[in-house]
Amino acid sequence: MDKMPQWADVVLIPLISLLLAAILSALVILAIGENPWAAFKLMVEGALMRSAGWGYTLYYATNFIFTGLAVAVAFHARLFNIGGEGQAMLGGLGVALACLYVPWPHWSLAILGASVGAALFGALWALIPAYLQAKRGSHIVITTIMFNFIAAALLNYVLVNILRPVGAMDPATAKFPEATHLPTFRDMFSTADNIMFRGAPANVTFFLALAACLVVWVLIWRTRLGYELRAFGHSESAAQYAGISPVKITVIAMLISGALAGMMSVNTTMGESERLILNSTEGAGFIGIAVALMGRSHPFGVLLAALLFGFLYQGGAELALWTTIPRELIVVIQALVILFTGALDNMVRMPLEKLFLAMRKGDA
Amino acid sequence: MTLMTKIMGAAAAVALTAGAALAEPALIFDLGGKFDKSFNEAAFNGATRWAGEHGKSFREIELQSEAQREQALRRFAEAGANPIVMTGFAFGNVLSEVAPDYPDTKFAIIDMVVDQPNVRSVVFNEHEGSYLVGMMAAKASKTGTVGFIGGMDIPLIRKFACGYVQGVKAVNPNATVIQNMTGTTPAAWNDPVKGSELTKAQISQGADVVYAAAGGTGVGVLQTAADEGILSIGVDSNQNYMHPGKVLTSMMKRVDNAVYDAMNDGDDLDMGIYVMGVANGGIDYALDRHNEKLVTIDMKHDVNNAKDAISAGSLVVHDYMSDNTCPVE
Repeated sequence: MDKMPQWADVVLIPLISLLLAAILSALVILAIGENPWAAFKLMVEGALMRSAGWGYTLYYATNFIFTGLAVAVAFHARLFNIGGEGQAMLGGLGVALACLYVPWPHWSLAILGASVGAALFGALWALIPAYLQAKRGSHIVITTIMFNFIAAALLNYVLVNILRPVGAMDPATAKFPEATHLPTFRDMFSTADNIMFRGAPANVTFFLALAACLVVWVLIWRTRLGYELRAFGHSESAAQYAGISPVKITVIAMLISGALAGMMSVNTTMGESERLILNSTEGAGFIGIAVALMGRSHPFGVLLAALLFGFLYQGGAELALWTTIPRELIVVIQALVILFTGALDNMVRMPLEKLFLAMRKGDA
Repeated sequence: MTLMTKIMGAAAAVALTAGAALAEPALIFDLGGKFDKSFNEAAFNGATRWAGEHGKSFREIELQSEAQREQALRRFAEAGANPIVMTGFAFGNVLSEVAPDYPDTKFAIIDMVVDQPNVRSVVFNEHEGSYLVGMMAAKASKTGTVGFIGGMDIPLIRKFACGYVQGVKAVNPNATVIQNMTGTTPAAWNDPVKGSELTKAQISQGADVVYAAAGGTGVGVLQTAADEGILSIGVDSNQNYMHPGKVLTSMMKRVDNAVYDAMNDGDDLDMGIYVMGVANGGIDYALDRHNEKLVTIDMKHDVNNAKDAISAGSLVVHDYMSDNTCPVE
């Protein structure tokens, strides 16, 4: 019998954690002499009350869904993939190569090609750490985080020396051809006299992310591979006894994880900047860890957590625009949420479990 | 109850300022941040000077992510900020897409040319100023070897280097110029440790004057030059004060003036390309009490002659970015 009911684990703990983070953030804002309630209102208005605000919130959320799913899939096999950042960077390279060197006739084909490119490059970048873990026992946390740095250096070299157009100053590729430009929410939802999502970067990739959630759910809970993955995660020796190859599962889990992280770049590189820039991932690979933790490694949870972090990012931008709260402090607020929902999970969980146990004893 | 009304009032005030049309100007800093002791800080100083002199205020934002470039431009434009000033070439692509959507808003971009009817593009003739400090470096050098340390390896910084070499060779055709770039990514703008190492390497090769065109990295260059007893040349802002008596001069790029002018002109901002060079005071070398003992009368005489010649057009310094080559090495 579980220590506490399912709903408490899934709903109550994240809510209490969020509340704690909000209270602490409010204190921080008070300490620098601003009004926390006004700041909160500003965040909500800027991120959720205007269609353009939603456009940014969903754009950020799309990134976090992909990287969150990447961490979640690996986590079901008890592999802690913190190399999402590097895998997404390489995914961006895959997108850029697919968009620049293949003459796509239409965006719908281009997004498929670019997704394959992104997934392939992301998966390849995860393959080496996966192989090292499976065959040599090199710890995946160490190798994946080191591969983030190698990815940054590699991308830097490729952009500066090979893909940068002659005479350009930005370390970035040329603009992708017109046919590969993805329809944004503005193109999709605006009518002639009502322009929605004006200027916002959210694009058709969001639906790709929703589809990815569904595919991951089917994969984990409705396929044989997903069962093997979870069995391996719960007990390696038991899985081995049941005839599941640890090497195979480790490599496959990491390949899927890397492919998902890589596909984030379809959103940033193809959907937003329409060229590959050096800093396109902007830490989304790391946010994915918090998203997966908060979403309890379930695709639906990941979706909700990604929306929350999208709101935090867009709300943070609104704060930077309209208040004198410095950008460093906005990062502090975002970090507090990550700290409470991710790292300090047990702080809320343990007292709550005790409380539920005590209540149950009272009943009995 | 009173607390509640207070809070509601404050919230309403914030909501009002967020939504109301503001005729005040806005300044957008690039990812490097407002206080970089160099480029962005110069822009901030220009805006603060304007605000102080006219008793007005301006909106500002330091970007956190690439996606915010377009967002900041659009939100300020929609809120009625005018003009909107931004620093750095990285805004070029975004601005050329956003500007046509807001024909009544005026934009000013520094260090980049954007061809739109409502954009003022401010570019600087950095090669002219680098030529002047190159002449001074050659005159101050005893070994006949001088150094150049650039930040990120981009055409703009090669333009600095090329002007500098031309100035050095104009004084001493046999002089050697050692050139190093700190890196190939934006991180090269803020790596004082590597700047210091490069300076030491150049000193070991005989350099006794080093010119840093490297943003925050230059802090390390100037520090090491002062420690090792050689001369250095600062960039963008007047950096002579950082090591009095050890900094020969600074190549000043008056970003502050560019921002001040743009805000001062307000709605009457002239559009088109606005070149700031030696002729109109946009580019100069720094002379103050910290370096007056280092600059000899002969040096000053020759450099001022060159300045006049450049202003009059009789001396043309080759611009690296015009053809991506440099006539001298």
